[in-house]
Amino acid sequence: MAEVMTGAEMVVRALRDQGVETIFGYPGGAVLPIYDTLFHQTDIRHVLVRHEQGAAHAAEGYARSSGKVGVLLVTSGPGATNAVTGLTDALMDSIPLVCITGQVPTHLIGSDAFQECDTVGITRHCTKHNYLVRSIEDLPRVLHEAFYVAQSGRPGPVVVDIPKNVQFAVGAYSGPQEIEHKTYKPRLDGDPERIAEAVALMAQARRPILYTGGGVINSGPEASRLLRALVARTGFPITSTLMGLGAYPASGERWLGMLGMHGTYEANNAMHDCDLMIAIGARFDDRITGRLDAFSPGSKKIHIDIDPSSINKNVKIDIGIIGDCTRVLRQLLDAFEAGDVRTNPVALAEWWKQIDIWRARKSLSYKPSHEVIKPQYAVQRLYELTKGKDTYITTEVGQHQMWAAQHYHFEEPNRFLTSGGLGTMGYGMPAAIGAQLAHPSSLVVDIAGEASILMCIQELSTAAQYCLPIKIFVLNNEYMGMVRQWQELLHDGRYSHSYSEALPDFVKLAEAFGAYGMRCSDPAALDAAILEMIETPRTVFFDCVVDKSENCLPMIPSGKPHNEMILPDIDESIGGVIDAAGKMLV
Amino acid sequence: MNAPAAPPSPYSSALGKVNLESHTLSVLVDNEPGVLARVVGLFSGRGYNIESLTVAEVAHAEHLSRITIVTSGTPEAIEQIGHQLERLVPIHKVTDLTLRGQSIERELAMIKVAGKGYDRDEALRLADAFRARVIDASIESFVFELTGAVAKVDQFIELMRPIGLVEVSRTGVAAMSRGKDPT
Repeated sequence: MAEVMTGAEMVVRALRDQGVETIFGYPGGAVLPIYDTLFHQTDIRHVLVRHEQGAAHAAEGYARSSGKVGVLLVTSGPGATNAVTGLTDALMDSIPLVCITGQVPTHLIGSDAFQECDTVGITRHCTKHNYLVRSIEDLPRVLHEAFYVAQSGRPGPVVVDIPKNVQFAVGAYSGPQEIEHKTYKPRLDGDPERIAEAVALMAQARRPILYTGGGVINSGPEASRLLRALVARTGFPITSTLMGLGAYPASGERWLGMLGMHGTYEANNAMHDCDLMIAIGARFDDRITGRLDAFSPGSKKIHIDIDPSSINKNVKIDIGIIGDCTRVLRQLLDAFEAGDVRTNPVALAEWWKQIDIWRARKSLSYKPSHEVIKPQYAVQRLYELTKGKDTYITTEVGQHQMWAAQHYHFEEPNRFLTSGGLGTMGYGMPAAIGAQLAHPSSLVVDIAGEASILMCIQELSTAAQYCLPIKIFVLNNEYMGMVRQWQELLHDGRYSHSYSEALPDFVKLAEAFGAYGMRCSDPAALDAAILEMIETPRTVFFDCVVDKSENCLPMIPSGKPHNEMILPDIDESIGGVIDAAGKMLV
Repeated sequence: MNAPAAPPSPYSSALGKVNLESHTLSVLVDNEPGVLARVVGLFSGRGYNIESLTVAEVAHAEHLSRITIVTSGTPEAIEQIGHQLERLVPIHKVTDLTLRGQSIERELAMIKVAGKGYDRDEALRLADAFRARVIDASIESFVFELTGAVAKVDQFIELMRPIGLVEVSRTGVAAMSRGKDPT
């Protein structure tokens, strides 16, 4: 017989039945009944954030580092609107979240009641799906359906908006059965005919490249394992988007580094000159393609994606394979195995010779300094001193994010948590909190910038409350560095409002929040300082004072194709590289 | 003097070849609150056109509604619209009737015409030729009901204009595939 309970009890029960252990939230009038239920139980740990945006990013960090669904609980009105940035971020990066929002009682909906907002209306565009639960009879089904929708197919955020009277109402609870959703049935297996066509093209390819994205990581660790097997089997070079870093190990011999706007010279030139591109779980975003009409002009393109709308969205595809990366990669490997398919060793040797010429340009190099810490050097030292440790890296958004992607080398999936699609400053610290809670004994470092970190600085208080030993490694150049770089590129160095005026003393700020604050500006003292940071078993805020004017290179300037990069050995100023059309772009 | 042409968008892959087509999409959805807002919001949010939109419940017991949308865009954009619609959770099925061919499209219009003497006679003669029905009449006006393909309705309205067209109300296009199989 079905158990009878209140709506609030159903919420907590459904979370438990879905295997949720940790949720992030902030109480308020419209979720008090759920908070009261949380008070009476110990199965689910509630982590109190300091702002609902922090709850969403923490849930993202938790989800992305653990492969589980991230859950947040916020109140109506401002609670819901504050979560919108994090929901949008999760939608853009395909992160599974369930966000439970309180709502004013049903009889007050539409009356402009206190802390009322049209949550389902506002979040319709920034969620994969959302629900307003008007009756207790619908609540158990909707809660379980929300978890199904969030994590199946292309993952994404789901909002469940629950009016307060529904939280108090009493009804029959039903558990999570095997869900046969009446409309939402994502396709998981690739079409065998397309697989055969793809394998045939791969066997003939003379200049192939694998271009992988966050979809491989979202598909689970098995997808990364199969990807490595496919690379080993074919001998093809492989590059990845920002979101896909770690699926193939950076130490692997076939690894070309990240591609795109701040990708390596070898990866971008290989993309431009290839005759076969195999895109796996990537979406041909504008940061990747650069100028579309000059994007990889001579190649056939195979695109594997679970979302049919990704295929042919930005770039014309020759063979589209709709399916889950794990299954399709296995199908490809099976087809190679079954047909004893071999790739072309002579052509591939030629291709690798060309790639080695591009590699020799050493596009990630920079001018070292003994006087000032170069930001790239700081990330390199952080990498060297944490190599081999069980480490998760998060970032904020900007130059430091790209330096982290270029100079921190990832060997495993789910280790690099960053805001790729939306580019949300303020993501990194709450994401680090989420990752640390999912992995209590791991080292979690937020590589940050001094401007981004101030956007969610209040979460230092959360880290302090839960004694989370996260490390906040701020590359402090006193500028919104990427904005400053673009102003140098596009606006003749008129640095309009991109200087970080009136910065706080970060060491004192850390201490005020109960964290350990430290500062370093001397390259010679950096290693010792980083080791001190790692070995301090507390929340550490490391103010790393770096070169103020360093640009993040290499770079494909906006409006240019992959083979017209600005390299770090550029002699003149980077201003004047971009033409009028390029200046229109972001 | 010739004004300098605007630089083409460096992101655009379809430089100089804009090939707009009009397509009719039949979309079967769960009739739940907000489903129309999801569909319409998708079109506005992604910058797609809606030329006509019709929605009504078609199976009460199963809570199914059919939304018929006439949209225009490049063939690539239309394909993308179909896939984007399929991503919406409450959507059962999206059919591009134009792509599929062999479909029937009809629209119902009410057309109010005012006039006296010869104009009244002429309006009635034309209505007869178009098989429009008079559903309201007064000494100085008629309201015609006309059902037909969009072009036929357009044509009738144009003919009524010089006679004394007052106003028009149109339902938008309802459409279905021919033959025994469901749309």
